[in-house]
Amino acid sequence: MSDHHHHELTFSEKFLFPTDHKYIGLQYLWTSLFMGAVGGFMAYVFRMQLAWPGESVPLFGVVTPQNYNALLTNHATIMIFWVAMPMLIAAFGNILIPLMIGCDDMVFPRLNRLSYQIFFVSTVVLFLSFLVPGGGFGGSWTSYPPLSARAEYSLTPWGSSLWVLAVALEIVAFLVGGINFMTTTMNSRAPGMKMMDIPMVIWMINLAVVLFMFSVGPLVAGAIMLLLDQQLGTSFYIPSGGGDPVLFQHLFWFFGHPEVYVLLLPTFGFMAEVITTLARKKLFAYKTILFSAFMTGILSMIVWAHHQFIAGIDPRMANIFSITTILISIPLAIIYLAYIWTFYGGSIKYELPMMWASAFLVIFLVGGLTGLFLGSSALDIYFHDNTFVVAHFHYTLMPITFFGGFTAITYWYPKIFGRKMLHGLGVIHFWGTVIPFNGIFIPLFMLGLAGQHRKIYDYTHFPDLMQPGFQQLREFATISLVVLALFQLLFVYSMVMSMKTGEVAGNDPWGGTTLEWQCPSPPPHGNFATLPTVYRGPYEYSVPGSDKDVLPQNMPSKA
Amino acid sequence: MGFSKPVATDRSATGIPTGRLAMWILLSSEIVIFGGLLVCYLLYRFHNTEWGHEAAHTNVWAGGFNTFVLLTSSLFIVLAHHAAETDKDNEKAFKWMWATIGCALIFLCVKAFEYTTEIHHGYTAQANPFWAFYYTATAIHAGHVVAGGLAIAICSFDVRKGEHLNRVELTGIYWHFVDLVWIFLFPLLYIAK
Repeated sequence: MSDHHHHELTFSEKFLFPTDHKYIGLQYLWTSLFMGAVGGFMAYVFRMQLAWPGESVPLFGVVTPQNYNALLTNHATIMIFWVAMPMLIAAFGNILIPLMIGCDDMVFPRLNRLSYQIFFVSTVVLFLSFLVPGGGFGGSWTSYPPLSARAEYSLTPWGSSLWVLAVALEIVAFLVGGINFMTTTMNSRAPGMKMMDIPMVIWMINLAVVLFMFSVGPLVAGAIMLLLDQQLGTSFYIPSGGGDPVLFQHLFWFFGHPEVYVLLLPTFGFMAEVITTLARKKLFAYKTILFSAFMTGILSMIVWAHHQFIAGIDPRMANIFSITTILISIPLAIIYLAYIWTFYGGSIKYELPMMWASAFLVIFLVGGLTGLFLGSSALDIYFHDNTFVVAHFHYTLMPITFFGGFTAITYWYPKIFGRKMLHGLGVIHFWGTVIPFNGIFIPLFMLGLAGQHRKIYDYTHFPDLMQPGFQQLREFATISLVVLALFQLLFVYSMVMSMKTGEVAGNDPWGGTTLEWQCPSPPPHGNFATLPTVYRGPYEYSVPGSDKDVLPQNMPSKA
Repeated sequence: MGFSKPVATDRSATGIPTGRLAMWILLSSEIVIFGGLLVCYLLYRFHNTEWGHEAAHTNVWAGGFNTFVLLTSSLFIVLAHHAAETDKDNEKAFKWMWATIGCALIFLCVKAFEYTTEIHHGYTAQANPFWAFYYTATAIHAGHVVAGGLAIAICSFDVRKGEHLNRVELTGIYWHFVDLVWIFLFPLLYIAK
């Protein structure tokens, strides 16, 4: 196999139809960043409408109610399916799995290419859904029937079906990719790498893939049924035809809630790598973290009905789901404390990834703790469907997706492009993101507590919600969002500039132990000149009695 | 565009060949999809006992015949596997693979006949959620029969040349799954009244 390690890839093999896992990972990364800009722009437009109702929004125009609904729906859909999943799981899963387990590629490189191609088609279908007669789907990303199931209710005869199709294709892309991830991790590890020698991020990405696979299946069936209701006129979810709309809610949230953990686990993985390397500490309680992540996955599949407390489910069932929902904070708290304990006594370097990792831990805590209020079925009667919920899940999903994403990008950027990201620009971008983020969502907590319902096009029709203080908070949130968006331009600039002017990284810029730091930056096709053998676990920093600061996984023991 | 197989593909840290491992992972994701659909159906059935009257109009004889055809096809793919692995007779494996595909075609013809008569009698997917489930479940299953048949057909030509013999086993595992799904669908949709 020696010849293919030195084989130069053509332009098409690198950028158009790559089978090399690193280039496929980059395709996912660029697509997710582009979609992040699209999803962010949508948020900008509908927040402008809320702050200054009826006025023309710069770069968009006047927002109609149909526009508003479609923007809200697709903002959520894009951020979850086209930004968070491809960035956290597909991009970094593809780039990291073969590098960190010490092999030359995924086990099925062409299946991997197919996965991105299906994902690309799903993106095109989603954009097409905005252009058809009736416009894009506006029934919220939860797409509850009957609203979503009949064109005469949704008023988007084509948009709703194309939207379902796009999401279904995206799911297929991730199932195809997931088979590859799992098979590769199970079968292609470097000789000597035992289960408990696998770096935590690889465990977490694989757990996310398993969780996704087991939770999304029923929704695939449910989505087919929804498509048939839309296009063939069946009555799976239509009460007048003998169906039941609540069934879809169960199918949706049986997937929808584990999905939060599908996104959270990879970010927890990034945290483990960054905190250990940049605090020069062994990961505190590797196995406890791992088994807590297993427990999180299992519990996450029996919490879904907390989204349906006021949907008419049996109150006794609501009690059970309250308990499981609050129970899930236990394994998560264990993981959290293990990470904080990893810092303890470490030699902490506040490089960019470490800043993002720390910010994640702080901000996500707010998201987690506000979740406890919503998990209680009694309190949820008040909180349900108001902007307290919106602020809560943005305090979880924004740190997961963007703080987690920035952690991973800044940490592995030197490996991917051979140079570190510019520190000064990165620090400005960091504060320009973290401060306005709180500026957007703290007002939404306050408005939610004051009773402001979400998904409302124009609050001027609700005198109770149009008191002067309320409108000022909305304007403050919107201005914060614009500021946050402008600072992201700096990140794009920094990503491009760092490729040319960043500090040259060398193989191992952070002094890491895991295998991806033992090959050149950027890694050539085939990754390693000689495929490595593993002799120890991934976090051997500051080992007592060792004369070295780190013991890389592939360094033979002397004894 | 030379594509060479990476070292990763031939590694086997678990001791299970990569192809077989991937096939089982694929099937576990398929199980949750069909499982979700069938659980929905069962929940509806428990709440709507009158669906039994609708189920009485399915053609149990045709369904029973198709069950027999699919079980036979599963035997044929096992014989193909045996021919390829034990007898090392590629030509015989090729023939048994096509016998399996023949069974798949018979199954699809019978299914098409059933659909036609049912639709002619007014039992369409819009008539009642029972029929909506009936058509959805059996059509998704039929899609899997087509996919499995195509996969066997594509692999059969390599097998005849003596290449990728492990794919007889892989398509065989998939084919057994398609068969097994039907074993659940037949009693739940046809027999339960």
